[in-house]
Amino acid sequence: MKVEQISIFIENKSGRLAEVSGVLGDAGVNIRALSLADTSDFGILRLIVNDTDLAFKVLREQNFTVSKTEVIGVEVPDSPGGLSSLLQTLDKNNINVEYMYAFVERSGDNAVIIFRFDDVDAAIEVLKNNNIKIIEGKKLTSI
Amino acid sequence: MIWNDEFETLPREAIESLQLKRLQQVVERVYATVPFYQESFKKAGITPADVKSLDDLQKLPFTLKQDMRDNYPYGLFAVPLEQIVRIHASSGTTGKPTVVGYTRRDIETWTELMARSFVAAGANKGDVIHNAYGYGLFTGGLGAHYGAERVGASVIPMSGGNTKKQLMIMQDFGSTVLTCTPSYSLFLAEVAAEEGIDIKNLKLKVGILGAEPWSEKMRQEIEEKLNIKAIDIYGLSEILGPGVGIECVEAQNGLHIWEDHFIPEIINPETGEVLPVGEKGELVITTITKEGIPLIRYRTRDITRLIKEPCICGRTHARIERLSGRSDDMLIIRGVNVFPSQIESVLFNIEGVEPHYQLIVEREGNLDTLEVQVEVNEQTFSDEIKELQNLSNKIRKDIKDLLGVTCKVRLVEPKSITRSEGKAVRVIDNRQKSS
Repeated sequence: MKVEQISIFIENKSGRLAEVSGVLGDAGVNIRALSLADTSDFGILRLIVNDTDLAFKVLREQNFTVSKTEVIGVEVPDSPGGLSSLLQTLDKNNINVEYMYAFVERSGDNAVIIFRFDDVDAAIEVLKNNNIKIIEGKKLTSI
Repeated sequence: MIWNDEFETLPREAIESLQLKRLQQVVERVYATVPFYQESFKKAGITPADVKSLDDLQKLPFTLKQDMRDNYPYGLFAVPLEQIVRIHASSGTTGKPTVVGYTRRDIETWTELMARSFVAAGANKGDVIHNAYGYGLFTGGLGAHYGAERVGASVIPMSGGNTKKQLMIMQDFGSTVLTCTPSYSLFLAEVAAEEGIDIKNLKLKVGILGAEPWSEKMRQEIEEKLNIKAIDIYGLSEILGPGVGIECVEAQNGLHIWEDHFIPEIINPETGEVLPVGEKGELVITTITKEGIPLIRYRTRDITRLIKEPCICGRTHARIERLSGRSDDMLIIRGVNVFPSQIESVLFNIEGVEPHYQLIVEREGNLDTLEVQVEVNEQTFSDEIKELQNLSNKIRKDIKDLLGVTCKVRLVEPKSITRSEGKAVRVIDNRQKSS
């Protein structure tokens, strides 16, 4: 159900993003989805990649601060209101979204949204009960 | 104008014979009443009877700030607590402040020396003294207050902060003398300009400024922007508080140290040797009249030199040159003493934080700013912005709570703090360049 996401601490300095993608590219790691959250001083780059362990290892070797987090990939109908009804379902069931971002590729006719919940297991439960499709981790990284 | 003609213009020989007499008395007193001194004198193989001339002062051991911490809170007091009428304190490294106690006579001495200082700076009866030094444990506020009352001036006990109100009072009450830190005086000018107040045309004529290092260039700026004479005042709570030394308005060249109460020496901070008059080194002060907590050869860590040439103002007391630095790593930020080790201990006490940090001090506009850069590590890193912001807020709050100084915390990448020869550079002080 869950998929591992890599998060990287990045100072607001020019060229840092290029360095991260350079390290990953050199190691042959392919980025599947990404989001960048930023403040005036620093940012957090979150990535879904095809080889999490390798990405984690090479970034660490280059002295980046890296962590792994469990997130969930959810299929959302790629039509107006698709995301809205999903979010309303979560809200009704008191599931709190810490952050979310869109996956680059589609899964069939559907869009894929990556979610980070404060309570992952409860979220999975709610999604299942509402027949919302969660994408397997392995499948997600190889889309 | 001179407040105490008799003592402020004593001939050199008279000052020195008075100093010797008082030195002998204080040495006997601390030897008899303060176990710390009894021990340190014994270790140095000295008894009070060995002090036969002023030169013999060199034989006595130093007192360090650390000795005050080790004897926290009252261990160095030379009189029973019943005789102490006032207690002040300054910030310390591990949250414990440095404590000083004053007897009634000490308060009287302090008041007298601050009165001398006000008059030397060109303030007197008839002046309205706007005292913006902080009132409280810090010696600045109350020290200046009592001296101002003694000369017969009208004192406004403003204390620090609330700048707009300060300006209103300054306009409406007709303040003629301003006492605060040099950087705050410029900040007042800045806010006045924003508020459309013509600070140059207020009744202010003198600023008595101290509690932080400042340059000649900054003096020119203050004099120009506020249209006042800017006078440098020196003091430290361990010795007395403000009023240990003051520039005279006549010369504005070096600060007179009240030698009938203090003996200044200049030493080589590395070797502890006394340097010939005129050479630059660390200022060491012995208090020769203090009762509550007399200090023998206290190492101030301030770098200066002694000037013994007569001054045009007529005062015979020696002067010290404007301070040019410190022999330790203490920073003074908006009047607050900050040691890098204090910041380090704050960081140590926060779960997961490693003490990889750097302090960046700048002067933005006219106020000092402190930025604390802390390296993020895998323990403190989170994929959520709010967690990292909580971390930097906690660091900022703990530093504020413990040191009383507001700072900006910036989280940086690991290993990004410059390390030179394996040793981290803890402090980058950019203030000298700009002031």
